[in-house]
Amino acid sequence: MPAVVGVVVFPGSNCELDVAEAVRGLGGEARLLWHGDAGIGGVDAVVLPGGFAHGDYLRPGAIARFSPVMQAVGAHAAAGGPVVGICNGFQVLCEAGLLPGALQKNAGLKFLCRPATIRVEAGGTALTTGVEVGTTLDIPINHFEGNYTCEPETLAELRAEDRVVFRYVDNPNGSVDDIAGVCSAGRNVVGLMPHPERASHTLLGSTDGVPLLRSLLVTAGVAVRPGG
Amino acid sequence: MEFSVLVETSLREGVADPEGATIERSLPALGFDGVSQVRVGKAFRFVLDSADEATARAEVDDMCRRFLTNPVIEDYSATITASAAVAT
Repeated sequence: MPAVVGVVVFPGSNCELDVAEAVRGLGGEARLLWHGDAGIGGVDAVVLPGGFAHGDYLRPGAIARFSPVMQAVGAHAAAGGPVVGICNGFQVLCEAGLLPGALQKNAGLKFLCRPATIRVEAGGTALTTGVEVGTTLDIPINHFEGNYTCEPETLAELRAEDRVVFRYVDNPNGSVDDIAGVCSAGRNVVGLMPHPERASHTLLGSTDGVPLLRSLLVTAGVAVRPGG
Repeated sequence: MEFSVLVETSLREGVADPEGATIERSLPALGFDGVSQVRVGKAFRFVLDSADEATARAEVDDMCRRFLTNPVIEDYSATITASAAVAT
């Protein structure tokens, strides 16, 4: 049985089909989950995709965190199941308190849509299991509010616990400590601004996202499903 | 009782404000010199029906903490004014 990855669709999400396509291309099964449903249908992993959930009204992710599906996503995360937030999904995870910190407007106030080089800084997470630390990857970014920020104590904790998962080689948005992605204490919840699904096929110009998505499928395959 | 509420949110001190910085840099080009410390925020105005002012204050604080602001980066101030009593 292939690992089943649920991709949550909020009103305004726009990368869900790209994620599903990339997952299927790697031999996984992808299922779209509606934000208004109370459950996640027993999937092995959850991806919150990029886009503008609920129009990004108030703040990116501020309204999405109250979508009914998020309770089940939180329960899945609490049970150790893999949860990945990409771009807007990262913003949702921060607003929901499943990851620390917040994503601010980019320094320089530019909407950035271009490839970025990131370095894998931490292994053993939902996205970096089997990926060597120090590996650099070219993966597109596409955001206006990707400037990661957090309290100094939070940053110290993230560093001490090896939870800065990705750093930009050349920081494009002013994020603190060049952070491009972080993970939860359990390492099963990961958020990142770059879009691995947009670097998952030679036709897209880069396949550097493949090891990350493969890691997701691997961790999804070993994850314990809540309630069984 | 009805209360008029004004909530103003802004980025916390120490959090970089790229919008404020850009506006500050732009003002001299229009001849407005001497402007500093520009901070950009949001304002929310609404009417709240609540038992009394203390209850209204507690509700506003709660909604600010849980929804209207992201406490990681934002602060708020709330002004709560009792609306004129409406004769029934």
